[in-house]
Amino acid sequence: MIEFRLTKKLLAPGGEMFLDVDLSIEKGEFITIYGQSGAGKTSILRMLCGLMEPDDGTIALDGEIWFNKADRVDWKPQKREVGMVFQDYMLFPNMTVKENLLFALPKKAEASIVQELIEMMELGELQNRKPETLSGGQKQRVALARALVAKPKLLLLDEPLSALDNKMRNKLQDYILKIHKHFQLTTILISHDVAEVVKLSDRVVELDNGKIIRAGKPLELFTSNHLSGKFQFTGQVLNIQKEDVVYVVTILIDSNIVRIVADEKEVEALNIGDHIVVASKAFNPVIKRINE
Amino acid sequence: MNIDPLILTFKLATVTTVVLLLVGIPLAYWLAYSKSRLKPIIETLVSMPIVLPPTVIGFYLLVVFSPANAIGSWLNEYLGLRLIFSFEGLVFASVIYSLPFMVHPIQAGFSNLPKGLKETAYVMGKSRITTLLRVLLPNIKPALLTGLVLAFAHTIGEFGVVLMIGGNIPEKTRVASIAIYDQVEALNYNVANTYSLILFGITFSILLVVYLVNGGYVKRWFR
Repeated sequence: MIEFRLTKKLLAPGGEMFLDVDLSIEKGEFITIYGQSGAGKTSILRMLCGLMEPDDGTIALDGEIWFNKADRVDWKPQKREVGMVFQDYMLFPNMTVKENLLFALPKKAEASIVQELIEMMELGELQNRKPETLSGGQKQRVALARALVAKPKLLLLDEPLSALDNKMRNKLQDYILKIHKHFQLTTILISHDVAEVVKLSDRVVELDNGKIIRAGKPLELFTSNHLSGKFQFTGQVLNIQKEDVVYVVTILIDSNIVRIVADEKEVEALNIGDHIVVASKAFNPVIKRINE
Repeated sequence: MNIDPLILTFKLATVTTVVLLLVGIPLAYWLAYSKSRLKPIIETLVSMPIVLPPTVIGFYLLVVFSPANAIGSWLNEYLGLRLIFSFEGLVFASVIYSLPFMVHPIQAGFSNLPKGLKETAYVMGKSRITTLLRVLLPNIKPALLTGLVLAFAHTIGEFGVVLMIGGNIPEKTRVASIAIYDQVEALNYNVANTYSLILFGITFSILLVVYLVNGGYVKRWFR
């Protein structure tokens, strides 16, 4: 279990901001920090792994005190057992895929974990290639594998998928879930993609202007007024068009584009680009097997 | 023609470059990553040799290291080191004189690397020195090559500092640039011309190699 209370004055794009968060995360839990850019999400992760010093607070993992301002405890990043994945991968350009993983191996550790991760993340064919020759999705798979080589207790993912296209995101989300379960990690993800949050996390914490404003199970949190629908999907509004007396809303759900008829009242609250939930009740769905 | 001045020149340039590499990497690292208030002052001092007349540096080194002076006599007495009119003195002066040419490219190399590379290595548990040797330096090879070659070539080209602190002692401090001046004064234009042509050819080749390697031409040819 990791518990932390962090405060820090930050310089955000909109001026000075005071970050003040207090969270405790169970072992094995997958938690997402959700919020607009500049809300202080990345700063929280940087403070957890020791790259940024909080003004005040404490960080404790399974009873080990990593940071305590009052007692002047501040473990170096090297000492905290954390796996970190950045949005822009940060693979070492001078090393091949395999060398990147081997470099992350602690001195006395068994090298078999490297082979295990190469197989798990399906990197076998890429292992002797240099990062510059890989696609974005491949690079991020390597970065994920590399973050796990040292068997960290805590995995921090800083918007790892936001530079990837939809198809790749879906695939990598599956990989992330797989490793989270397999290594029984405690994972903190930063994301501003509702679909991703709903798919991956047990719990979501919404951050705004440095403060936690909401927390809860993803679906409950994002659909604040309770729906009785049996089907619901999260998506993004691509277009709103008036046709005769009704409106047609074009929505992106996963990588599918769907058109839904809406009335004026529903459309009033929508803007293009909004993240929404599409729910449907009382209709008879058809289920058909897909022949692959 | 006596080739001693040419040999001495390349010996001086080689020793100077090696010393500069050892001094330049830590200094460039500090300048690239430090947030110290002293940084602008150190940066200025490192860059001074670019704008200051070489004779100024030479003059002050001559004054400081003269055996008639406290520092000079202390070095002479306790370390047996005489830094004026000697090869060691030339190396010392050249290191100071060529310092910016080694430090600037390496500092720029460090600064242009994404900050995340260093941080990733730290979070992985790697020490600063391991990170420097295995992650940072291997990824700024072009900057290192530029620093090495510029420092080497710049040392070959120095004149004022050498003349001030080294004088014109055959086989000890008479480097090629001094020998050329010497020959011209003696109206031996042919010898001066030979020395000059050799220096011109060598420095041209060295710089050409840098531009070819860093411009990726060599890689393209050998593919």
